[in-house]
Amino acid sequence: MSNWTEVVALDDIPQLGSRVVTTDTMKIAVFRTSTDEVFAMKDECPHKQGPLSQGIVHGTSVTCPLHNWKIDLASGEALGPDEGCTNVFPVKIESGMVYISFRIAEAA
Amino acid sequence: MKEKLVLIGNGMAGVRALEELFKHNTSGESGSDLYDITVIGSEPHPNYNRIMLSPVLAGEKTINEIILNSTEWYEENNISLITGDAAKEISRVKKVIVTESGDEIPYDRLLIATGSNPFIIPVPGADREGVLGFRDIHDVDVMIDAARNYKKAVVIGGGLLGLEAANGLMKQGMYVTVVHLLDSLMERQLDKPASALLKASLEQRGMKFLMEAQTAEIVGDKRVTGVRFADGSEAEADLVVMAVGIRPNFELAQQSGIYCERGIVVNDTMQTYDPTIYAVGECVQHRNECYGLVAPLFEQAKVAANHLAQVGSTRYIGSMTSTKLKVTGIDLFSAGEFNEEEGDEVLQLQDVSSGVYKKLVLKDNVIKGTVMYGDTMDGTWYFSLMRDKTNIADFRKTILFGQHDLGDAGHGDKTSVMSLPDDAEICGCNGVSKGDIVQAISKNGIFTLEEVQAHTKASSSCGSCTGLVESILASTVGEGYTETPSKKPICKCTDCSHDEVIDAIKDHELKTMPAVREFLEWKTPDGCAACRPALNYYLMARWPEEYQDDAQSRFINERVHGNIQKDGTYSVVPRMFGGLVKPDELRAIADVCDKFDVPEMKVTGGQRIDLFGIKKEDLPAMWKDLTDAGFVSGHAYGKAMRTVKTCAGKTWCRFGTQNSTRLGVKLEELTWGSYMQHKFKLAVSGCPRNCAEATIKDFGVVCVDSGYELHVGGNGGIKVRVTDLLCKVETEEEVLEYCGAFTQKYREEAHYLERTAPWVERVGLSSIKEVVVDNAEERKALYERFKLSQKYAQIDPWKERADGAASHEFTPLKIAG
Repeated sequence: MSNWTEVVALDDIPQLGSRVVTTDTMKIAVFRTSTDEVFAMKDECPHKQGPLSQGIVHGTSVTCPLHNWKIDLASGEALGPDEGCTNVFPVKIESGMVYISFRIAEAA
Repeated sequence: MKEKLVLIGNGMAGVRALEELFKHNTSGESGSDLYDITVIGSEPHPNYNRIMLSPVLAGEKTINEIILNSTEWYEENNISLITGDAAKEISRVKKVIVTESGDEIPYDRLLIATGSNPFIIPVPGADREGVLGFRDIHDVDVMIDAARNYKKAVVIGGGLLGLEAANGLMKQGMYVTVVHLLDSLMERQLDKPASALLKASLEQRGMKFLMEAQTAEIVGDKRVTGVRFADGSEAEADLVVMAVGIRPNFELAQQSGIYCERGIVVNDTMQTYDPTIYAVGECVQHRNECYGLVAPLFEQAKVAANHLAQVGSTRYIGSMTSTKLKVTGIDLFSAGEFNEEEGDEVLQLQDVSSGVYKKLVLKDNVIKGTVMYGDTMDGTWYFSLMRDKTNIADFRKTILFGQHDLGDAGHGDKTSVMSLPDDAEICGCNGVSKGDIVQAISKNGIFTLEEVQAHTKASSSCGSCTGLVESILASTVGEGYTETPSKKPICKCTDCSHDEVIDAIKDHELKTMPAVREFLEWKTPDGCAACRPALNYYLMARWPEEYQDDAQSRFINERVHGNIQKDGTYSVVPRMFGGLVKPDELRAIADVCDKFDVPEMKVTGGQRIDLFGIKKEDLPAMWKDLTDAGFVSGHAYGKAMRTVKTCAGKTWCRFGTQNSTRLGVKLEELTWGSYMQHKFKLAVSGCPRNCAEATIKDFGVVCVDSGYELHVGGNGGIKVRVTDLLCKVETEEEVLEYCGAFTQKYREEAHYLERTAPWVERVGLSSIKEVVVDNAEERKALYERFKLSQKYAQIDPWKERADGAASHEFTPLKIAG
């Protein structure tokens, strides 16, 4: 069963940008693409825990600001020859609001 | 329904074209979304790295190690692979290919990559057992087998391939004699002195040579027993390898009525005279040239693939090639026209006892060709100078001593990669050893610097080991090394180079990022982390009055005006003009540190105070306090004007001339806030003792009694570069004007992320002087444009954010649970 939590209005996330949701246990980056798709993942690069939320978003990936690893927003997996994966969370948009389910998505 | 694409020739060029084609796949699945693909290969193997046959023969690699695409790769990409069966006929009317075994394979588009055949000299006895070319795995198998049972080998042909074959056979334990028609080895790649050095070194290893020997007959019964020459002399041989050259293999194409000359004739989009049929590789003749090295073939493959994928605007315009010999322990490099003609000039360095020889052929101070032996570290540098037609007048006196890119911070004094042990650290940033790089190259079938960077991370951080990595790449894959292409695209999103983008923005008045991407046919909808910051900068630099900065195209540091640290906190550096500071200001900084619990403070090399460990959400409040105390952003985080460093100055120093400290403040007031392609540092020293280290700055001023020396293009760091003297001026006003003009010229013309030092080296100091020093009108115009741009740049980003701008950046969303 999903447990949706309202986190932010879509318009409050910049296009090709992100916002950070802080929970008791971790930080979650919520990304918005140029086509208004929204993705959420743990705000830690699988490489050296860089804050992915601070990276440059392009297409459906984000480039980590620390060492330029490219992470797929949908799966949380590192792209290219790099290997690693970060947790992603289900997201939905309803009447302009973004909801996240904090249950960690099934590992891909 | 997908169209049918058939590839004839399962070799490096053809398969590379398929790989390039798959990169255009938009469906997210493997293989091609446009074509059903069939590959016909006459050899019974999947695609392997033909260049690596020499190391296989020398016993340094196994066949398995040189397979580029495994059988699984063909399956994964839904390719029907036919091996061990050759195409016999192309029926262009029926659009069907008939194979030797009688199969009929229909096609809509056809790609011919049939490669080349070794040239077998038509002398009597050339068909005897034990006589072969050196072209494929089969040849290598036969040679290795022969080495087990026989002792004496003759290699006919003292070119690149012949010498590699001879070296391999020698490693397999045979006595090898190389027979060459001319009087010097590798005459197409080497001049006589280099050739003599090579011959001496191979002789030392036990190789024998018969020069100026014309083969007349291969003697023997069923099997070869020797070679007879035109002068009647003979050499014994149990094995004869003919390596006198290759011939494009275009028989099939020609029989099918496709126009051929010395090869299959293609246009700039790699199409034959039949537009449904493409051809790439050694079988091709393009603009009257046939290529036998792999780098050009890969360029052709890319162009053909773009066309097949229907995204093609790229054209193949021919290649400039360079050569390396893959004989372990021999460093040799050549490129271009290295035999001088009348009117050319020659620069030469020869050290016989240490076996070093370097020669550059120049015409009007542009490199036409180079030959190097013994020390080839600067081969790639000379090659790029040649390719870019750089005028070398400014550094002609020292060019033979190399680029000095070795001995940089982090790699000691390594001068020859061939002799380095496998555990030698090459990339000091990411801890990558020579062995790691060599292994990645062999294992993954890598040919380019970008691929090495992606797989090993070597040279992907500070980039100072790029020269070393390129050398390892070149010596590992030999002539297969894909040189940095003549035109280097900004990133994978485009085929355009930095210069093309800069020019298009100016010439076509492109004023937004979408406009640039549409006009230049970007391949991705919103670019990537490499091109977006570049485009954003170019637009801002060109249209300072109109362009709206795009925060999401800024690297995080410039987006939030602080320097991200490894734990995700930020550092803050308030600007102190000229490095001067007052007690009140120091007090304000101290108060801020107490208030925000700053864990560490540090004095920087640029005479500023750095506050570390600031949480992102605290930044605006901290900036408010600093702004109230009169500070503006120090831009220590940006590709921007950083600091003006000054010395004690004549107020106090007994040696000082001019008012250097005041000048430093004025320069910083002029330039602060300006964004650049890279960081940009200034310094003013009050006398030639140069305590402010002005001669390793992007723009440095050294005051002398009679005026001001202006120095440009220096930097400390990885690769220390001392400035070049731009000129000397007499007044402070002139210093400001020249500084603004130089800065603006850099801002308008350099490539994004290119500091002034490599920019000055690339375009040449003379070309900068022509405008900034010799042309008063242009200098004033540049200065005016700089000041105009500064009107929009000198708005303090800290104050804006302290006042609430971009607040979403700094406000986390808190959710319990």
